[in-house]
Amino acid sequence: MAKKVYVIPCSGIGKAAASVGREAMYRVVEELRPEVADTLCLSLLVMGDEEALEKIRKNYCISVDGCGKDCARKNIELSGGRLASSRRVHDVLKKHRDLQPEGVRDIGENGRKLAGLLADELAAEVDAATGGGE
Amino acid sequence: MDMQPKKVGVLSCSGEAEAEGTICRNAVRLVMEKYRPDVVTTLCLPLYLAGDTGEREFAKKFPVISVDGCGKLCARRATEKYSGTVQDAIDLRALLEEWGVTEKLSRSHPGELEDKLAERLAAEIVKRIDAIIEDGKIVER
Ligand code: SF4
Ligand code: SF4
Repeated sequence: MAKKVYVIPCSGIGKAAASVGREAMYRVVEELRPEVADTLCLSLLVMGDEEALEKIRKNYCISVDGCGKDCARKNIELSGGRLASSRRVHDVLKKHRDLQPEGVRDIGENGRKLAGLLADELAAEVDAATGGGE
Repeated sequence: MDMQPKKVGVLSCSGEAEAEGTICRNAVRLVMEKYRPDVVTTLCLPLYLAGDTGEREFAKKFPVISVDGCGKLCARRATEKYSGTVQDAIDLRALLEEWGVTEKLSRSHPGELEDKLAERLAAEIVKRIDAIIEDGKIVER
């Protein structure tokens, strides 16, 4: 069984939704599932860092994308990572249309609530990947 | 670059795992939103690999300043690998050393110190953008 689940957001610089994905990831890896979930810089995959490639090939990954370009998912796939699941922030936003994030640097109160909801879903997916749970 | 570009490309690493990465991302947004909104363009870095609409033309179309959180220099190296040479490059971790910053920084909960450093880095990026403009590397409007 894989030891860790890497939650990897796209961190898109132009979209508030991408910042929501990043915030949700931090909640999962630092608060909700710190023992089994971790992250790494997506840019390391873009430039082909060997150590990062080994991590995503030996463990599971969950991608979190800020728009339909699905950069996190595609970079993980193209790098040969083991993708356990892939999420878009918009999937959660569709269910909670009142929680529009404000901006890229500060997602605001609504954005933080949205990130919390997404984080709960991601934590459940971490559990599914590791066969664990709280 | 065949035609004289109108903008400077400023490209931040994503830097999810490092506090410096979060500062870089915020600093680039500050420059885009507040300090040089009319002369700066950017790109989501992972599009170099995942994109399909000419993202790899970025460094051919614009003089690029890469802004990286640490010595891995992902933005610089990815640009050089996929797109072209960078005009200027910033390694924030090296800059922090120069500035004598030794405090522990947060990647997930940037506070007053991280915000100040993002502002300081934004000022550094602006300086480098202005140098590119002064060199006549973009068409002034
Ligand atoms: S999926 Fe790609 S293009 Fe869309 S916001 Fe994220 S990094 Fe940017
Ligand atoms: S340069 Fe450093 S902080 Fe930035 S993405 Fe690469 S490893 Fe992360």
